[in-house]
Amino acid sequence: MEAASLPGGERSTLERSPLARLPDRALKYGLTLLAALILALIVYFFIRLVGEARPAFAKFGVFGFTFDKDWNVSAETFGALPLLIGTLITSALALLVGVPVAVATAIYITELCPGRVRAPVTALIELLAAVPSVVYGLWGIFFLAPKLQPAEQWLANRLSFIPFIGGGAVTIPNYFVAGLILAIMILPIVSAISREVMSTVPADHKEAALGLGATRWEMIRMAVLPYCRGGIIGGAMLGLGRALGETIAVAILIGDAPQLGKHLFGQGYSLAAVIANEFGEAQGLHRSALFAAGLVLFVLTLIVNAIARVVVVRAARTGAPNSPAQSAPPAIAGAAGV
Amino acid sequence: MSDDRFAQFTLSPGRRRRDRIARSAILAGTVIALIPLLLIVYYLLQKGLGSWSPSFFTTDPTGNTFFKHSSIGGIQSAILGTIEIVALASAISIPAGIGVAVWLVEYGRNSWFANAVRFFVDVLTGVPSIIFGLFIYIVLIVGTGSTYAGYKGSFALSLLMLPVVIRSAEVILLLVPGALRESALALGAPRWRVIFSIVLPTALPGMVTGVLLAIARAAGETAPLLFTAGATFKTSTNLGGFMNSLPVQIYNDVTSPTTSVVNRAWGAALTLVTMILVLNLIARLVAKRSRLA
Repeated sequence: MEAASLPGGERSTLERSPLARLPDRALKYGLTLLAALILALIVYFFIRLVGEARPAFAKFGVFGFTFDKDWNVSAETFGALPLLIGTLITSALALLVGVPVAVATAIYITELCPGRVRAPVTALIELLAAVPSVVYGLWGIFFLAPKLQPAEQWLANRLSFIPFIGGGAVTIPNYFVAGLILAIMILPIVSAISREVMSTVPADHKEAALGLGATRWEMIRMAVLPYCRGGIIGGAMLGLGRALGETIAVAILIGDAPQLGKHLFGQGYSLAAVIANEFGEAQGLHRSALFAAGLVLFVLTLIVNAIARVVVVRAARTGAPNSPAQSAPPAIAGAAGV
Repeated sequence: MSDDRFAQFTLSPGRRRRDRIARSAILAGTVIALIPLLLIVYYLLQKGLGSWSPSFFTTDPTGNTFFKHSSIGGIQSAILGTIEIVALASAISIPAGIGVAVWLVEYGRNSWFANAVRFFVDVLTGVPSIIFGLFIYIVLIVGTGSTYAGYKGSFALSLLMLPVVIRSAEVILLLVPGALRESALALGAPRWRVIFSIVLPTALPGMVTGVLLAIARAAGETAPLLFTAGATFKTSTNLGGFMNSLPVQIYNDVTSPTTSVVNRAWGAALTLVTMILVLNLIARLVAKRSRLA
């Protein structure tokens, strides 16, 4: 019972010698240093990027560079508006087409499909995420764009009364096809996050709706969708972040025309695509302008992703107070990473 | 009586119709989502298999694009380049990523600093891949006044892999039961022994899945390699020089006006997709075996 009867005698028994504590300390501080290093690295990269972009911003002004509509390499005037618009148009189109389809797949998988089909359909949707961007570009330019051209032309002729959408001749690389490919590319992530959120809807809510005589669809509309709205919006925002930054597929499909496209089915350019295509030969001010375009893109995706994270985390926290939801934020972050 | 009872369960035609329309729309959406996948796989196989041949994998591209098929060469340097670049990127990002994840779970927990690290890792997840290329270009090419090199491509890819590895490893490490750690600590094991002998071995199979998915993602990336690793024709084992890779080779071939070169792009794309699918398949099998994930 007394301390003296314990083995170890005089020194306080649970204390390790300083030498034995060394590996512990080393591991702890080593790992802390590693984490701090990664933080420092990101900040350092950002500062250097701003530094490299400064000549372009100094010449045209931050506002002037971002919103001027002239991108002319030979005249050394650089305004990123056509690129910004191209990025926004293609991403908006991706959301418009991709999100409803992705939400439909998520509803089908979590609520409607027979048990046997669930795993294969999920795996197939996830397979879309495994296809590299450059392969989407390859398929898009040699299959999708030529096959869609007649349909696009028909649409453009029918809708000629709407400014920007109608009129004009359809070119093979164009905003529309680029947006469509982006829609396919963001589908798996939006679908994965929507599924994740839908699986947290308490069975009670669904059973209560069905018990009150709701049809399947009414149950989905009244019990599932309102509960998941935040999560779906967050997932769509993460998809938007992906679409904004997507480079190679867009570079292949958007048509490399650094001017404001005349219409939806014409050629344009995007922020990421211009960097991919022009950076190799760029010198001096041109290169600085490309860094500046990169910075604009970086800040744009940062804002979109930050909003998305807040929305997803809040949706997971307030939407589902019971235990399965507690694991939702890290799981969602994991899915977002893949 | 019985009529009344049935009446309760009979839907009005309008509701029934709306239910049916909505359900078919959802099913149609799912089918629409799968059509591009089937078409991509079909075209990849149709066009890609046509250009596969033994010499396709054992010769380097010649850069000669104006003559007949036999003289344009294969994709040997691209395959080996991709493997070398991704291997080095993994060697950097896997230990670093798992280290940070261990720190987050075992030491940082919910401190403000740990949350700051988590926030920055999330920021990294959302950064467009081409921006990583710009970062590395600024630091390792402008900064050193040198030119493209394979290892610089690896650094760019490792930045891209890092957040995926950290987040997936963290999720798995959190699943390791606290009782395991406490038992080991109660037996007198020091913290580092607990981490290396108990926590990491328990979490290993689950972490392998995340790591493999990170590798698969990095292998398909073109944008970060364009102005870090460059592009070349020759097979190279020197990570200090220009290095070819499958995605960059495909990107360069897509823009060619010559059919045979475009066919080489299809063949290379099929090769790349096959490599990535194999990694994904292994990741899935490992995940199924793991007790944690």
